[in-house]
Amino acid sequence: MTSTTRSNAKMTATPATRVLGVLAIAATALMAVLGLFISPADVIQGEAVRMLYLHVPSIWIAYGAFVLTSVSSILFLRARKRREDQGRHYDRLAGSAAEVGVVFTGITLITGMLWGKVTWGTYWQWDARLTTTILLFVTYLGYLALRRLPADPMVRSQRAAVMALISFINVPIVHYSVDWWRTLHQKASLSVGRRPEITGEMYWTLLYSTLAVTIVATWLMIHRYRVIRLEELRDEEALAALISSRLKNDDGSN
Amino acid sequence: MSAVVEFEKVVAVAGSFPVLTGLDLRVAQGEVILLRGENGAGKTSFLRSCAGLISVSSGDAHVLGFDMRVDRRAPRRYIGLLGHENNLYRDLWVREHVEFRAAAVGAAESDTDAALLRVGVPKQLWSVPIGSLSAGQRRKVAIASLVVGRPRLWLLDEPHASLDSESRENLDVILAEASQLGATIIFASHESPPTNGIASRVITMGGGRVLEDSGAS
Amino acid sequence: MEAAYWRTPVLAETLLVARKDLRVEWRAKVALGQVAPLALLILVVLAFALDANSSLLELGAGGLYWVAVLYGGTLLIQRSFDVETDDGNMDAFRMSAIGAPSLFLGKSLALFVQIGLLELVLGSGIALLYNVRVTDWVLLFVAAVAGTVAFSVCGVLWGVMSAGLRVRATLLPLLLVPVLAPILLAGSRAFETALGVRADAGWTWASLMFVIAAIHTAIGLGAFGFLLEEG
Repeated sequence: MTSTTRSNAKMTATPATRVLGVLAIAATALMAVLGLFISPADVIQGEAVRMLYLHVPSIWIAYGAFVLTSVSSILFLRARKRREDQGRHYDRLAGSAAEVGVVFTGITLITGMLWGKVTWGTYWQWDARLTTTILLFVTYLGYLALRRLPADPMVRSQRAAVMALISFINVPIVHYSVDWWRTLHQKASLSVGRRPEITGEMYWTLLYSTLAVTIVATWLMIHRYRVIRLEELRDEEALAALISSRLKNDDGSN
Repeated sequence: MSAVVEFEKVVAVAGSFPVLTGLDLRVAQGEVILLRGENGAGKTSFLRSCAGLISVSSGDAHVLGFDMRVDRRAPRRYIGLLGHENNLYRDLWVREHVEFRAAAVGAAESDTDAALLRVGVPKQLWSVPIGSLSAGQRRKVAIASLVVGRPRLWLLDEPHASLDSESRENLDVILAEASQLGATIIFASHESPPTNGIASRVITMGGGRVLEDSGAS
Repeated sequence: MEAAYWRTPVLAETLLVARKDLRVEWRAKVALGQVAPLALLILVVLAFALDANSSLLELGAGGLYWVAVLYGGTLLIQRSFDVETDDGNMDAFRMSAIGAPSLFLGKSLALFVQIGLLELVLGSGIALLYNVRVTDWVLLFVAAVAGTVAFSVCGVLWGVMSAGLRVRATLLPLLLVPVLAPILLAGSRAFETALGVRADAGWTWASLMFVIAAIHTAIGLGAFGFLLEEG
């Protein structure tokens, strides 16, 4: 943040993010039009397939944010010893990514359940994808709970970072275990180098929706990051004020 | 003599509160220092900073030659810390607990008996669970756990608390003896009359730094 | 006079810490006196929940066993760290000359013994209450060991992460259960194979638990000292 932003910091928007925000709204509107009206209904699933355009991008954000949290945590742990800022940038990034991630994991679960109800007849199937997602959701919740504990900020950030790393290893283990256990979920409809099962307009709508949701998620993450930064600034200023007021007291009383 | 503790303009933050606000202090080996000050003056925080349990956010801090801003864990094995709490395993018998603490620092088993006797815990209490002892007896067991390790630097926070007058005098003798053998002792005390009979130097703290120092070195 | 601060080997220190933990348990008798009976009670309650349907119980015994272990194990992990956070004992831990890896291994070993004993009780429980027959004793034993090691190591690692922080009592299960979930899954499947309920890849499930244990041990050895620092 520039010094101007710092001193006037009453909000988290900058010209660039305002543009991004407008873009996000426009992109979402277009996504709604494409998804709900222009793209065709599926031969087998009918109109229900439209849930796909929200569900799949949400999964992508859920897992992508998770990776981002973990990578940021590694970078934070390595940058801790730096005198200038102790790597706090990466800690903030990890925190904001986690919050966005948990929201989109929730959306994934809800859209998945609704979609499942319509197509399979049940809200839930115990397959690898869904089960891993719900455990990911709870893992996120635990991580966010850990970040909120009353403790020395640096120690708290360090513990959260270690947790993110261990979870990064644990979630694939969960997925692998459950996958072994049963597979029922639709095979991945988008993957690099493979012909997608969803073709034509549906394919492009899906790709586009992914882009739109990513823009929205990015906008959210940027603002969340800035809110964290503002909170830290406020705490730093309060601390500096406390220090100088303690130093001024010549008789040594509080 | 080399300095055991060297703090220069040390600022330490616990949570978001500045507990040390620019503390300057130099302690030479073998000194016995009494820390005084009101509640909240920073005595406990200073002791914990020396032990490396609170990190130093600015200034220079060296304890037993180790730079506390580089690795605050380094001097711990040479330090004996007695805080407000006794750090006792309530379920263990007195002897078992002190034996564990002794073994944890590589002291011999026989040192346990010697430490307990020195501190004044009678033999009949050695097989009693710590949880059923009185506050004063528990304090003595805590002191024995520290004594058994023969630390180079003793950091004591209100060590006389809950002790009867005879035990207090005994503790003073123990501290004097340790100092004779080369240990450095810093203890915080509210005691009145002030137990500075054994202290070679009295430091008064306030607002997170040193206000008065009866004998700078 | 200098103190004898020579560094004892990791094994000796590990055994020292483990003995201390087990001795505390022996004196307090929480695991034997409270947790084991409670876990056994869970088995009874599960039977109530399943309407004492004997074929269901027989089929599900493997899984129900591990649910009870999860419940009892979480309590034991909690207890292991309650002992350390009580009376400021964490400070003594931090000030200790004992290396962090030894602390980690020592507490894990002690937990392994305690959870192991719990499992003996629970194993007898399912044998008597759910009327199971063991077809593969070796698999059963290996799977139990694998699961117990994994539980112990994960428990200590996550226990220290939430230790000394104020809301610990409810935070620990929240952090722990997603981590223990794959162990529970693997353990249940391995047990079902050993109990002849399914002809599955019981040994592969057991190996998975060993892998989980190994990964968490490696992480614990590296990160424990770091995680011990003041909260």
